[in-house]
Amino acid sequence: MLKIENLTVDHGAIRALHAVSFDVAQGQLAAVIGANGAGKTTLLRTLSGLNKATEGHAHWGDHNILHSKPEKLVRQGISHVSEGKSVIPELTVSENLELGSLWRRNRKESAQTKNEVIDLFPRLGERLSQRADTLSGGERQMLAIGRSIMSKPKLLLLDEPSLGLAPLVIEQIFQTIRDLTTAMGLTVILVEQNAMGALKIADIGIVLNLGSIAATGSAAALKDDPAVRAAYLGF
Amino acid sequence: MFQFLNTLLIGITSGSIYSLMAISIVLVWRSTRVINFAAGGLALASSFVGASILEKTGSFWIALPLAMVAGAVFSAFIEYFFLRPLLKRSGDKGSEIFLPIIATLGLLGIIKAILSYVYGDEIGYLPPPLSDKGFIVSGESIALSPMRLLILGIVLLLMISLTLIFQRTNLGLSLRASSFAPEISRLAGIRVDLIRTAGWAIAGAAGATAGILQTTNGSGSVSPDSFEFILLLVFGFVAAVIGGIESLVGAVIGGLTLGLILAIILMYVGGSLVFIAAFVILIVVLLVRPQGIIGAKGGRRA
Repeated sequence: MLKIENLTVDHGAIRALHAVSFDVAQGQLAAVIGANGAGKTTLLRTLSGLNKATEGHAHWGDHNILHSKPEKLVRQGISHVSEGKSVIPELTVSENLELGSLWRRNRKESAQTKNEVIDLFPRLGERLSQRADTLSGGERQMLAIGRSIMSKPKLLLLDEPSLGLAPLVIEQIFQTIRDLTTAMGLTVILVEQNAMGALKIADIGIVLNLGSIAATGSAAALKDDPAVRAAYLGF
Repeated sequence: MFQFLNTLLIGITSGSIYSLMAISIVLVWRSTRVINFAAGGLALASSFVGASILEKTGSFWIALPLAMVAGAVFSAFIEYFFLRPLLKRSGDKGSEIFLPIIATLGLLGIIKAILSYVYGDEIGYLPPPLSDKGFIVSGESIALSPMRLLILGIVLLLMISLTLIFQRTNLGLSLRASSFAPEISRLAGIRVDLIRTAGWAIAGAAGATAGILQTTNGSGSVSPDSFEFILLLVFGFVAAVIGGIESLVGAVIGGLTLGLILAIILMYVGGSLVFIAAFVILIVVLLVRPQGIIGAKGGRRA
């Protein structure tokens, strides 16, 4: 289980997150929603070790995950798919996938996981030797998630997977995220501006506003709460 | 006809050595975004190591690989103890972006000073291990000698090895990924810092080979204030820029192009213009095609 207590993060003089606390149970999909600048991306970057926390604690199981390097956290089962289709355009689809499992130094296992990812995203299988910059936006997002799955994560941090995608593709990506969570027993934190779409597939929701938690609860309850809808969700 | 053929042979041989130096510069640029002027000093130091080993063992075949190892170690040392702390501290604002480049220039001076201190007026000898007398074709001696053939062979072997390392191994994939997208690579679990040091080590080995081959192909001896190594550094840098500074294939094409042009100038115009010509070529490339002859605008190549 992921336990975040009193997490405070500063970017220079600007406080990006202020005393944020919440828990996500094993196997849950948590949607973190809120406007631009609410601190959603900072939250994920801090959990994956890219940003430093000023104060607070974050525990993933027995591991204290603050103040660790990203490459170390990957080895503890935490995988972060950063904002904006986190693939390397100069590498082929196949290389992008392999990158995710290099640290395990097990070619056989890696090949096996790669086949599972290709079963999951057949479109990637057809494009293995193409450079990643020849892919469509949706395919790139699939590749980014696929690369993440290659590291066999237990905790998946997804930053705006719907960004810049067509509505139909967004629906497909969200459904895939829901299916993956259930099928692989993942714990997922899904950061989204598309609040409605995210809450539809999530178990719990966390609404961030200007760096603080404005509301938490079950995704279904948040979606239907008129006060939350009016103030933070804009629908 | 023979004269032109000979010019081409000389150009390709020296060009292949510039390619190695260019590869050394490109590898460091790709991994750390620093133009490593200390590469000339590292090549010089490694060549001294090679000369010492040659003196003790009498074998070029032991001296060359050990000098490559020395080059790799020196280069990794410099990355780890000088550049890494420097880059952690310096930002990318204003004049701070020049810090690493000035630092590598300073390191070049320091390495040469250390060599002067250790070796004094001593000279390291690296005579050609094979005959440098040209083969005889229909009664005339051509510029292709067993030694030149060996140089071309060594360079070709290194290029093939590097290509295999970069395209076929996990280390190669990590090196490419880390240079294109360090953050995504870290999130994928790559130890980017470690990979960066490995990149510098490979660059150091390539530079050491360039230094030794340049010496055997040239005067056969190295001294701490050798002008030959300044030339090697400048020509390697120009070759890297011609090739677009990002690409290993570009570095090879750049080195061969530069070697050929300089050989033609040497043969048909005059030796005194060679050094100036390299800078003229540099300026022309930067004005006309700043992305290099094979670099594409916007996109980078593996």
